[in-house]
Amino acid sequence: MRISPYLRDQNPSSRMQARLGQWYLAWLRMRRNSLAMTGLYIIVILLLVAAFAPLIAPYDPLEQDLGRRLLPPLSPGHLLGTDDFGRDMLSRIIFGSRITLYIVSLVAVTAPVLGLAVGTVSGYFGGWTDRVLMRLTDIFLAFPRLILALALVAVLGPGIENAVLAIALTAWPPYARVARAETLTVRSSDYIAAVRLQGAGAGRIIWGHVMPMCLPSVIIRVTLDMAGVILIAAGLGFLGLGVQPPLPEWGLMISSGRKLLFEQWWVATMPGLAIFIVSLGFNLLGDGLRDVLDPRNSGK
Amino acid sequence: MTLLSVKNLRVTFDTESGVVEAVRGVSFSLGRERLGIVGESGSGKTMTGRSILRLIRPPGHIAADEMVFDGIDLIRATEKEMRALRGQRIAMVMQDPKYSLNPVMRVGAQLTEGLRQRDKLSKSDAYEKAVVALDAVQIRDPERVMDAYPHELSGGMGQRVMIAMMLIPNPDLLIADEPTSALDVTVQAEVLSILDDLVKTRGMGLIFISHDLRLVGRFCDRVLVMYKGRVVEDLAAKDLLQAKHPYTQGLLNCLPRIGGNRGPLPDLDRSAEWAG
Amino acid sequence: MLIEIENLSVTYHAKGRVIRAVQDVSLTVAARESYGLVGESGSGKSTILRAICGLAPITAGTIRIDGKPLAAPRSRDFVRQVQMVFQDPYASIHPRHTIDRTLSEPLAIHGLANSDARVIQALTDVGLPTSFRFRYPHQLSGGQRQRVAIARALMLEPTILLLDEPTSALDASVQAETLNLLSRLRTERGLTFLMVSHDLAVIDHMCDRILVMQHGRAVEELTRGQLAGAEMHSAYARTLFDASADRMLQG
Repeated sequence: MRISPYLRDQNPSSRMQARLGQWYLAWLRMRRNSLAMTGLYIIVILLLVAAFAPLIAPYDPLEQDLGRRLLPPLSPGHLLGTDDFGRDMLSRIIFGSRITLYIVSLVAVTAPVLGLAVGTVSGYFGGWTDRVLMRLTDIFLAFPRLILALALVAVLGPGIENAVLAIALTAWPPYARVARAETLTVRSSDYIAAVRLQGAGAGRIIWGHVMPMCLPSVIIRVTLDMAGVILIAAGLGFLGLGVQPPLPEWGLMISSGRKLLFEQWWVATMPGLAIFIVSLGFNLLGDGLRDVLDPRNSGK
Repeated sequence: MTLLSVKNLRVTFDTESGVVEAVRGVSFSLGRERLGIVGESGSGKTMTGRSILRLIRPPGHIAADEMVFDGIDLIRATEKEMRALRGQRIAMVMQDPKYSLNPVMRVGAQLTEGLRQRDKLSKSDAYEKAVVALDAVQIRDPERVMDAYPHELSGGMGQRVMIAMMLIPNPDLLIADEPTSALDVTVQAEVLSILDDLVKTRGMGLIFISHDLRLVGRFCDRVLVMYKGRVVEDLAAKDLLQAKHPYTQGLLNCLPRIGGNRGPLPDLDRSAEWAG
Repeated sequence: MLIEIENLSVTYHAKGRVIRAVQDVSLTVAARESYGLVGESGSGKSTILRAICGLAPITAGTIRIDGKPLAAPRSRDFVRQVQMVFQDPYASIHPRHTIDRTLSEPLAIHGLANSDARVIQALTDVGLPTSFRFRYPHQLSGGQRQRVAIARALMLEPTILLLDEPTSALDASVQAETLNLLSRLRTERGLTFLMVSHDLAVIDHMCDRILVMQHGRAVEELTRGQLAGAEMHSAYARTLFDASADRMLQG
């Protein structure tokens, strides 16, 4: 393998090679953790299913066929059965993965970014900046997430974008706290003192020196939170306040299958299983990332 | 009489980048005397000390041709047997009392814990014994110290408490891993003389692990010099200045002296054949 | 006199307690001189260095560099004149930056050109192979990291180098190499050193004049000759001397 010696080179000849080399070593460390790899595979399968949904799904997820309603799993042509409108469960779950992924990615790129920014600025400057920003964070933290998301959706109206906004607005405070805690530790270290002594301004220090140290904790936290995000989206969908029918969002599917739970259990259970598996995947991956990112890379 | 006999001790660690050999075939024997193990970082001296008490956890692995303490085979002993040995017959004092004393327990509680649980002494008997132990390490106001938390004590005081705690069960062998390295220079002298006294009066064996060759030379009867997992020299402390091995000589000569010349300090030739 | 410190006091207020880290200390350092501050923990020696850099507050007294009082916050000219080497090589270099980034950052901050060439030159000056340029700190030993810290301090070509126990965290043999490197660089570049250590032998080897400190106060100032001849007057300086000389074997 020609790539491997390039990545394992003890004396890299560019910053890019050095960085890729470190990621490669981190990857090798993670590979030794089979639970984390299981989580990773689950997420990869999620990504692939979402990407190739039109090619994999046997039917159109929105196509109704009232003559073939409520068929049980393993019926010919319908591996996971059909729902009360005759729509194929398997196809709906496959397309539902896209919606799940959409929600998860939007939240993952907005909430942590906001949290990191607030946390590092608050932790680095201290004093009044810290107090004001932390009180703001406390206010958002004090509300139970689902209730706050409900309130926001009630104000903004139902729909997938509003559901994502609601979730993101409630998800950022923990990241701010995590980032602030890391920043407080990092702030008093010698390497920060050294760069201050070179005349660096606060912006350069926060962006280039403090944030890279906060990233691992935030990344791990985000991964572990993804399960919660999916469940909140499912909760909103379940309550009819997030994604609207006939979109095949998993939470919504559980809701509409609720009344059929005893006789036609698969209508609610299949999407429930999908949520369970994906949440499990994120949790396992998050745990694995914690082992890889935290102890080795912090200092010695 | 030999208290401890170690032959061909090997300690390896299984990491993702391969096997790391921390100790590569170390052999020595110890009677009721003071043995100093000296080396720089990475020499394997701490690992050697910890292997005796089997304090190394996976992915570390201990192997030896022989590791016998007073007739007990330390390699083949069960974990239960090791637990009975640790603290009772073989004790260990570590570098920084801030990290080796429990920060949320008062000193008195820590000192009497072992006595009450293991020896089943009553509260007052255990207290008495603890005060006697503190007295032995020359702590003038034992009651105040018994009531204090570790962070309220100075470094030297904390280390003396640590020594007192380790010596209560009257062990046969004490392993001291850099016991004075975290202390100020004037306090070091005090703590060392206390340790010296105690070891002499109780007739214990002492393994003194340090990076400071001159300190060990002054304090111990015999010196083992380690480099990269191997013993490079084993000699009596009084013969230290006549050391034969180039590493030992290098280590002796590379330190600056008060009143020495100001030219460049001689440094070690790491490319020599012994270095590897 | 290049560095003039007059009646410096540094007092910290933490949780209702008052900590007088430095109390009324005065000293002067001439250009190209090497001045040592020696004392045990809590003596305030490191705090003086931090006060010069602006990392510790000056409660009373004045510090003048080259005759000019210090601006708060420290000016750009100041950082190009005064730099510091910290004690712990494991903590003074950013663990996530390559050596190249650590060394080129001061140049980037001050807009100095020719970064590539200067970084390579800096590595060579401190005796590190240029192939180390894109390594991370955890791939270097303690001694190598300290060399990087020294190289970094010299990137802006300062005239004064503050050294906070630069070799305390290093093995004996590595300490020798590092002290030799510092001496060589000082001679080559005509630097002025203000060095802090708890090790009297190290201070004696590196410095021309020495100030003994205890509990934040200046106890006694000695020249190197006086130290070697054990001509100290204060009891504390003598205790320190005895404790250090005591650790040496006969010879």
